[in-house]
Amino acid sequence: MPGLGTSFGRGGATTNLMDLQNSDCIVIQGSNMAEAHPVGFQWVVEATRRGATVIHVDPRFTRTSALADVHVPIRAGSDIAFLGALVNHVLSNDLDFREYVVAYTNAAAIIGEEFRDTEDLAGLFSGYDAESGSYDPESWQYVNAPQAPAAGQRDPAQPGGPHEERHRAARSETAGSGGPAVSAKPERDETLQHPRCVFQILKRHFARYTPEMVEQVCGVAPEQFAKVADALTSNSGRERTSAFCYAVGWTHHSVGVQKIRTASILQTLLGNIGRPGGGIMALRGHASIQGSTDIPTLFNILPGYLPMPHAHEHENLDDYVAGDAGSTGFWGNMRDYAVSLLKSYWGDAATADNDFCFDYLPRLTGNHGTYETVKGQIEGRCKGYFVVGENPTVGSGNGKMQRLGMANLDWLVVRDMQLIESATFWKDGPEIETGELATAEIGTEVFFLPAASHVEKAGSFTQTQRMLQWRDKAVEPPGDCQSELDFYHELGVRIRRKLAGSADEMDRPLLDLVWDYPRDEHGDVDGQAVLREINGTGPDGAALSSYTELKSDGSTACGCWIYCGVYADEVNQARRRKPHWEQDQVAAEWGWVWPANRRILYNRASAAPDGTPWSERKKYVWWDPEAGSWTGADVPDFIADRPPDHVPEDGATGPDALGGQDPFIMQTDGKAWLYVPVGLADGPMPTHYEPAESPVPNPLYPGQQGNPAIENIKTASNPMNPSLSEVFPFVFTSYRLTEHHTAGGMSRTLPYLSELQPEPFCEVSPGLARERGLEHLGWATIVTARTAIEARVLVTDRLRSLRLGDRTIEQVGLPYHWGPNGIVRGDAPNDLVGLALDPNVHIQDKVGTCDIRPGRRPRGPALTAYVADYRRRAGVVDPEEDS
Amino acid sequence: MAPVKAFLGWPLVRQVMGADRLGRGHAAMSERSRGLAPRTTDADEVVDSICPYCAVGCAQKVFVKDGAVTQIEGSPASPISRGRLCPKGSASKQLVTSPTRVTKVRYRRPFGTDWEDLELDTAIDMIADRVIKTRKQFWEWEADGKRTRRTLGIASLGGATLDNEENYLMKKLYTAMGAIQIENQARI
Amino acid sequence: MGSLWGRLDDVQTDAGYGSPDEHPPRMGFFTDTSVCIGCKACEVACKEWNEVPDDGYLLTGMSYDNTQELGASTWRHVAFVEKPLDVPVEAPPADLGMPSMGPPDPQGAESGGEGGVRWLMSSDVCKHCTHAACLDVCPTGSLFRTEYGTVVVQPDICNGCGYCVPACPYGVIDLREGDGRAFKCTLCYDRLKEGQTPACAQACPTESIQYGELSELRERADRRLTELHDQGVDVARLYGRDPDDGVGGDGAFFLLLDEPEVYGLPPDPIVTTRDLGSLWRHVGAAAATVAGLGVASFASRRLVPRLLGTALGGRR
Repeated sequence: MPGLGTSFGRGGATTNLMDLQNSDCIVIQGSNMAEAHPVGFQWVVEATRRGATVIHVDPRFTRTSALADVHVPIRAGSDIAFLGALVNHVLSNDLDFREYVVAYTNAAAIIGEEFRDTEDLAGLFSGYDAESGSYDPESWQYVNAPQAPAAGQRDPAQPGGPHEERHRAARSETAGSGGPAVSAKPERDETLQHPRCVFQILKRHFARYTPEMVEQVCGVAPEQFAKVADALTSNSGRERTSAFCYAVGWTHHSVGVQKIRTASILQTLLGNIGRPGGGIMALRGHASIQGSTDIPTLFNILPGYLPMPHAHEHENLDDYVAGDAGSTGFWGNMRDYAVSLLKSYWGDAATADNDFCFDYLPRLTGNHGTYETVKGQIEGRCKGYFVVGENPTVGSGNGKMQRLGMANLDWLVVRDMQLIESATFWKDGPEIETGELATAEIGTEVFFLPAASHVEKAGSFTQTQRMLQWRDKAVEPPGDCQSELDFYHELGVRIRRKLAGSADEMDRPLLDLVWDYPRDEHGDVDGQAVLREINGTGPDGAALSSYTELKSDGSTACGCWIYCGVYADEVNQARRRKPHWEQDQVAAEWGWVWPANRRILYNRASAAPDGTPWSERKKYVWWDPEAGSWTGADVPDFIADRPPDHVPEDGATGPDALGGQDPFIMQTDGKAWLYVPVGLADGPMPTHYEPAESPVPNPLYPGQQGNPAIENIKTASNPMNPSLSEVFPFVFTSYRLTEHHTAGGMSRTLPYLSELQPEPFCEVSPGLARERGLEHLGWATIVTARTAIEARVLVTDRLRSLRLGDRTIEQVGLPYHWGPNGIVRGDAPNDLVGLALDPNVHIQDKVGTCDIRPGRRPRGPALTAYVADYRRRAGVVDPEEDS
Repeated sequence: MAPVKAFLGWPLVRQVMGADRLGRGHAAMSERSRGLAPRTTDADEVVDSICPYCAVGCAQKVFVKDGAVTQIEGSPASPISRGRLCPKGSASKQLVTSPTRVTKVRYRRPFGTDWEDLELDTAIDMIADRVIKTRKQFWEWEADGKRTRRTLGIASLGGATLDNEENYLMKKLYTAMGAIQIENQARI
Repeated sequence: MGSLWGRLDDVQTDAGYGSPDEHPPRMGFFTDTSVCIGCKACEVACKEWNEVPDDGYLLTGMSYDNTQELGASTWRHVAFVEKPLDVPVEAPPADLGMPSMGPPDPQGAESGGEGGVRWLMSSDVCKHCTHAACLDVCPTGSLFRTEYGTVVVQPDICNGCGYCVPACPYGVIDLREGDGRAFKCTLCYDRLKEGQTPACAQACPTESIQYGELSELRERADRRLTELHDQGVDVARLYGRDPDDGVGGDGAFFLLLDEPEVYGLPPDPIVTTRDLGSLWRHVGAAAATVAGLGVASFASRRLVPRLLGTALGGRR
């Protein structure tokens, strides 16, 4: 996540689940950890056994709240206001960990005179272009820092408007490992008094985030806010540490990245990063969602967070490296990583003479994210589609858009274990019932290929704390079932065979591809051989042990530089399974963690600037002067022999430019970023904006309602509810339950899980039930501009009517697991979701506005008429006419 | 069993002859109960795995007998999960042995109204042909005068429940074919 | 030997397993509901291990509890109790605090109050009583006391007579529809024989369900209770811990955060065979005894909790 990446240098959780037991205070916000990650939650319970305070900030009282010391009900989508007020509380009461802040953060850095804050521009930062709805971040930079092309700036001017493409290329995600590049270290004022130093700018920026504002925006009473503020600040410092846990409650928002940024600022000010019991635990939702970002199936990045090249700036490898590598810190070695990747892709064909086949890489020209792609499908620009272990017609936002896209393809390949809705949309999708689509008129050719389960193939997942764990194969897959490894390998073999002999230049990348993998003892493509290729090999063909061994001369190959070391000593390190009772608490010999098996990131910061532990109680990694190296419980996340008092020479580059007190080694300046001068599309500091659909005006910045850099998906099937609409007066928020798994393909199909949560339901407060005449266990119809769905009603005190100043806000809770297929069925709540995206990561809001009425929804064509009437009454604008 | 032994094994007789005079314990134990053992004890193999649901990454032990999964439970050795599993992880055996799991290729021809059978080998071959055709049809060397070397005709969604090795091969193959709209759950 | 009532320190010796050093220690469950997260892993792990069939797909509206109660196909059951916080823990006499598992009263003053809500979760299971009426009344010897002191029904013996069903003071054991025989938690008797932990306890993410030697579990529970009391959690109490209670103490006992009735548990369970001691002199009389008991007791096992519930203020 760029929220973490731009703040600290790597986009992964800074800590691990087990380390939560060392926390003195745990704030869970944007996550329902006990329900979505029950086994991980054992470490929160361990912490409470040791006396920790657990705070759950969430719109609903959940199973997590039930075990927390404090539950703070908050209006969905208002997290930045709440966290921002905590930042303000810390800054205005001098509660920050000053020594940590001065030494390890960019608080002292001085920002250029051109910068204007939201304070000056009524909710906008300088550099905003209203026509394109995007920012030029040039004025956000450090003073006197030569302007390196970076982040949004990396897209040069396009025909049709200077910034048109800028926010669309999603470059911020490249901060997954390696913070965004600034080309030099900033000027600093370590007294933190300079009016343009980050610390002072931050102070001014957050000054309006007061407890009173929190009450008005979030519906949280000042006493409750104070409780959280006191718990957090009294449990941070030399002797104590606090941790934050978040999940998609933060990421699924049009300001998702900035929510994580606000928590990052707070945790950095409190000195909680890089220390035991501290950190930010990003809770991923799928077995390998971290892995599928590290080794991405994402449009804008290559393995190891190397950016996909961009057509307008990366004509060759030099441009590419120059454009993205900072000159200092470990990202300064980007050329080594890039060349090694090209060597692993194209082997002997990649030589210094041909730029290591850099030209073989396809180029981006903007946002090619999944929702933009679906729009392309609807518009006939994308005709072939692989859906692999995903169920977008239930799991993605705006299911109708997904189905309309699929109905307009030439061919669709669905690989899954069960006949999920995405495979059967042409037969029984909701649009067949309404008459919007007709089976006999859908020209899409559909291949359903049965997939192997996790026990029927060998391979590694990367879990939520960046740990790779290997699974052995237990049994053969039944029938035609096949792993992705075997399928894609075979597909590649056949495509290459069919194209063999082609002289067409467009086929060279396929024909030159390194694509010969050995078979294992089961006759499958040998996953360990693939993992070894990912790990990388040296000039002698032996597996490498560390990314520091990578070279840019073509002598090394490495499929994902951050995973280099996972096959060190020719051993599958991800397969290590030394029982925890034979190890210390860090358990370094179980699995393998990127980078370099470091379990807590930035752990140099667990020691004071002089290299001694901050306290005996929070001792973790420290400088051993006699040995002349860093030592401790974990692998030091630092150059092992660089002493704390090391000052780099002027003009040093790459890792040589890191000083002894620069714990954030992937950042160009070695510091945690309280203020992000480059790398984000919607501002250097977080700002509270209302969700794209909100029932209330933005009291923090009247006149600036939503994220000014928001990305809209303009297609007829994605109309948005107008903000402040009386027709859509309630807030809905969608979420998971323990008993089911995301879009349900792996849970609605199982009797033992289906019986535990057998039917779609919505949760409402007694107040809303009264207001709308909803009966417990009766039916309700929930409506947005996209569609209407029905669900059974649970009236519960766990949902509260929230008081925001003089008005009351009601929220509708919607677990989203169900769809028309499976053992237990119903309407899919994600069909309600409208798409307006975070400009950094192109992820949509999981909250929106809606109406709710008692009774079942209309059937057939009457449903479309019913929703059309709502749109008319609410004055919904046709997205295609709205420009 | 010899008749005398059988007689002595009768609960009533055991009861009268033994210490369990009310026949509520030892004397009431049936042969089945006496010989009971966990079905995992005679597993041919116990295979180490990881739960496929959320990202906590709980370790699992997969018990295999005669080529079939007989039990999946938490592996106590894991420092993360310490042998525990949530309801989804605990239902893993049902996930992999589900009777509604589809194990044969299903094919729906354009404008078709129902599924048809198709050989796996044929299916993969047909898909390869379609990739080649669509790729060519939507091939783009340039956009706005700048080299792009790509196709926007082919997209992919998926990966968050897949293995790293699988994602690696997918991205590698797609990149080589010039497909860039490669996405996964991380965005959703 | 052969007690039906009162304190009994060695159930295994009582059941013919020899002197204390000749049999394994009594094993049991301590379910600490203060750390239960209501995930239902116990329910699923139990079903997976014991191959218990699904129990129907019914949305009950009883908070997140769609399992409803223990039965032949539900050997672990997680109860969910929602209560507004500003309702006093000591409920008025008219309502003895039965779970508000149904809808909150939309007109009620407590609903939507400012005091927040409390959500109690608790995984219920067979209590493996010291004095187990189910086994005392079983005419076939299907129900028996194992060498671990647990109470197990033997499917190869059970003839589905159903006498055990009303005998249980907790409403645990039941006949399975379509099968006819009685089923309930075995405390994973088969796993115990290999020194393995029962499936539910093995799965439980937060160690709410703890398995071990009963004597040790009782000590552990006492320590936990003291700890909670020290933290000011005065409502914490143990249930089924006392060897002098109406069933001689439970082999599976609980730490609760409210009155037992709130969780759907009888407040003062008494072994239904307490007064049958004089009748139980002769093994041959067992069947007659049980028939008599069946009449004197409840007609249906399902009625037991219901009647208890009614007496205590009604369970929805």
